[in-house]
Amino acid sequence: MKDRTVMLAIETSCDETAAAVVVNGREVLSNIIDSQIDIHTLYGGVVPEIASRKHMEKIVPVTECALSAAGVALKDLDAVAVTYGPGLVGALLVGVAYAKALAFAAGLPLVGVHHIEGHISANYIEHPELTPPFLCLVVSGGHTHLVNVADYGKYEILGRTRDDAAGEAFDKVARAIGLGYPGGPKIEKAARDGDPEAFHFPRPGFGEGCFDFSFSGLKSAVLNTLNEYKMKGMAFSQADVAASFQAAVTEVLVSHAMEAVEKTGAKKFAIAGGVASNGVLRKAMEDACLEKGIAFYHPSPVLCTDNAAMIGAAGYYDFVAGKRAGMDLNAVPNLVLGCSEPLRRE
Amino acid sequence: MKLLAIETSALVCSAAVMEDETLIGEFTIQQKKTHSQMLMPMVEALREKLELDLSSLDAIAVAGGPGSFTGLRIGSATAKGLASALNIPVVHVPTVDALAYRLCGSAGLVCPLMDARREQTYTGIYAFEGNMMKKILPQCAIALPELAGRLNAEQSAVTFLGDGVPVFREKLDQLLAVSHSFAPAHLSRQSAASVAGLGMLYLREGRTETAAAHKPEYLRLSQAERVRAEQMQKENGAPDDADP
Repeated sequence: MKDRTVMLAIETSCDETAAAVVVNGREVLSNIIDSQIDIHTLYGGVVPEIASRKHMEKIVPVTECALSAAGVALKDLDAVAVTYGPGLVGALLVGVAYAKALAFAAGLPLVGVHHIEGHISANYIEHPELTPPFLCLVVSGGHTHLVNVADYGKYEILGRTRDDAAGEAFDKVARAIGLGYPGGPKIEKAARDGDPEAFHFPRPGFGEGCFDFSFSGLKSAVLNTLNEYKMKGMAFSQADVAASFQAAVTEVLVSHAMEAVEKTGAKKFAIAGGVASNGVLRKAMEDACLEKGIAFYHPSPVLCTDNAAMIGAAGYYDFVAGKRAGMDLNAVPNLVLGCSEPLRRE
Repeated sequence: MKLLAIETSALVCSAAVMEDETLIGEFTIQQKKTHSQMLMPMVEALREKLELDLSSLDAIAVAGGPGSFTGLRIGSATAKGLASALNIPVVHVPTVDALAYRLCGSAGLVCPLMDARREQTYTGIYAFEGNMMKKILPQCAIALPELAGRLNAEQSAVTFLGDGVPVFREKLDQLLAVSHSFAPAHLSRQSAASVAGLGMLYLREGRTETAAAHKPEYLRLSQAERVRAEQMQKENGAPDDADP
């Protein structure tokens, strides 16, 4: 194995077209993200067909931009990594088809990367000292997973959402209180002027020892409260609802996470995913880790959002473990974490 | 001149290599497996069986639509990946044109039919003068009665082909006043060979595009865009209503 592995990574699982060049899974030479958020905002959420079409228009310029910003050419690369699931199938397919063809024509090995594995690995980029084992909470618009990272590429899911993802709940509540899309940043902003104890929304759980999440009940509780106010002809404070909702989500996430820390005896805890850039959640998690006397890690906001640098980080460890994807690699919209079925060992 | 052609716009998954006037390799399959798992293994096999040096390719030709949105994206994204890595252009071949070209040399009119759902067909009307293809109705998405009206007005015999034939055949028999026939199975479906044939003509004429600029021709907006456009038209007062 060379001591310097330069990887081109591509990510198109949702509404960001992204490409990055990453060295040894930790050093980011370029990280280009083309967000489609302005278009999807018109529709109040991501429209899969539009996302797929936009990826098609952007995939080449974004990749070329990542290569030129990194100052490398295809011939300087050692491998290509691409997200093949989970995500929107049409969106994933653009990245997968493009990456396969590019790798094939450039004579480079290809690695298929799990999107969540990418989010978790985003933590490696800014924390050179972080190595497994550690626990990681992945919270985004599509995912809520509490994961034990036993080793590079070895994941055990301790808990996951049984209905809505945390970010999805943010979006739905934001829409209900008239803040619009995307919900995460808008609720966080509105909540700054609100009282987190103005409303007491439920903190759903499934009892001790179960780390699964449920956010649809919490979302319904918010909607019911809003309805009651409407029936009575009373006005509600957007800021108070936002702050109280955010407090409930944060409390559930932190309590589950810390219970898992206790049960597993983990010494390190990380968060990842789009919702991990929420300042209130990050602060609460940091305080809880401090109290437990364990190390806390989080990526900067640009690495919390969907990006390809994180795919390059995860892809590197898959690559050095000998995992390779064949030319029959397919997009797998509901790909399970830790399931490497479509990957082959050389 | 050598080009690699791919066609994944509908049920058929097909890849071919053409060198000047000779089709030196072609794989075509029609089954349920996704093109995503089938196309690149075909390309890989072509390279291996033909001992093809990829750097000898002058262009990648692709059936650029219309067709299944997902199928078109697999084809176009693959074409972009190959073309950008090899630093060669993409030749965008309209899907319906390539289908019509399968019947190059026909005496009467040629009319490909693809099932476009929503009671429409992706179609076009073509005529051949020797090997020269003339577009009488360029590819479009229209309802069958409209197409039948156009064909009846042409007053000329017509041959249909494509996966829309089994879907529309009965209705066509009722609607058409001109003599018509249907292509046999071995000529009736999309093929990369036909994309390669037309693609080679376009390449010689310099009708190419960069990998970055290439995008599929869907012929249709996404449903979300369509619904939104209709809503906005309603809100702004539809021009149809305004006209007396």
